[in-house]
Amino acid sequence: MDIPAFGQFETALRLRAQRNELLASNIANADTPNYKARDIDFASALSTARGGSLDMQTTSDLHRKAWNTPGGGFETMYRIPQQSSLDGNTVETDVEQAQFAENALQYRAALSFLDGSIRTMRYALKGGD
Amino acid sequence: MSLFKVFDTAGSAMNAQSVRMNVTASNLANAGQVSGDPNQVYRARQPVFTSFNDTLSGQPGGVRLDGVVESQAPLQVLYQPDHPEADADGNVYATNVNTVEEMVNMISASRSYKNNVEMINTTKDLLLQTLSLGR
Repeated sequence: MDIPAFGQFETALRLRAQRNELLASNIANADTPNYKARDIDFASALSTARGGSLDMQTTSDLHRKAWNTPGGGFETMYRIPQQSSLDGNTVETDVEQAQFAENALQYRAALSFLDGSIRTMRYALKGGD
Repeated sequence: MSLFKVFDTAGSAMNAQSVRMNVTASNLANAGQVSGDPNQVYRARQPVFTSFNDTLSGQPGGVRLDGVVESQAPLQVLYQPDHPEADADGNVYATNVNTVEEMVNMISASRSYKNNVEMINTTKDLLLQTLSLGR
């Protein structure tokens, strides 16, 4: 049985995890000269992932699906700094920290939604016990 | 699972920042050094950071320390003929460590280090919550 409710949160969770990694790299490289901060547009990444265009072209059912390709399916974009620094670094630590916190919160939200659907399903399976 | 990679990324940044702290400490410790021979004087050192990309995905990864370079800033020449180490002209050479710059460096390094620690804590929290999913 295909459970669409799971799929959506699973996709969101995976994208959040990937964005978390991206933002972590930005914060880690806050003092690296010439490092350019990157981020993804979450809404478009999610719609791409939902639309199925995340998958690779396959000619056989035995071919591997691209569902866990690291960084696959969405474009990373360079952040435009509000104040550029002299060493070519475009990381603004406070912006990145705010985005990181927001992303972590959204991850937790997706997690609790997923948890809720699992609970609901278990409730139904156990016959309301 | 890509969340685990955050530990590598933040770990490499913490390593780089602690080297920076170390270099700053040695600069500050040698801030008052003078010598009669300009080649013997301590010169301020600075670490050089570069970022490296993840080999598999090409996504940005952590920080790599490329090396430690010596500052090429000119030494301070002080005319002190009665200094025991003064050269034939009565000059001694003082190190080119800029104390104010080093203090700022130290604060910046400790801030960045703390940021990375926080990042690890948050990610650890997220992972632990994910592990208890559906309980």
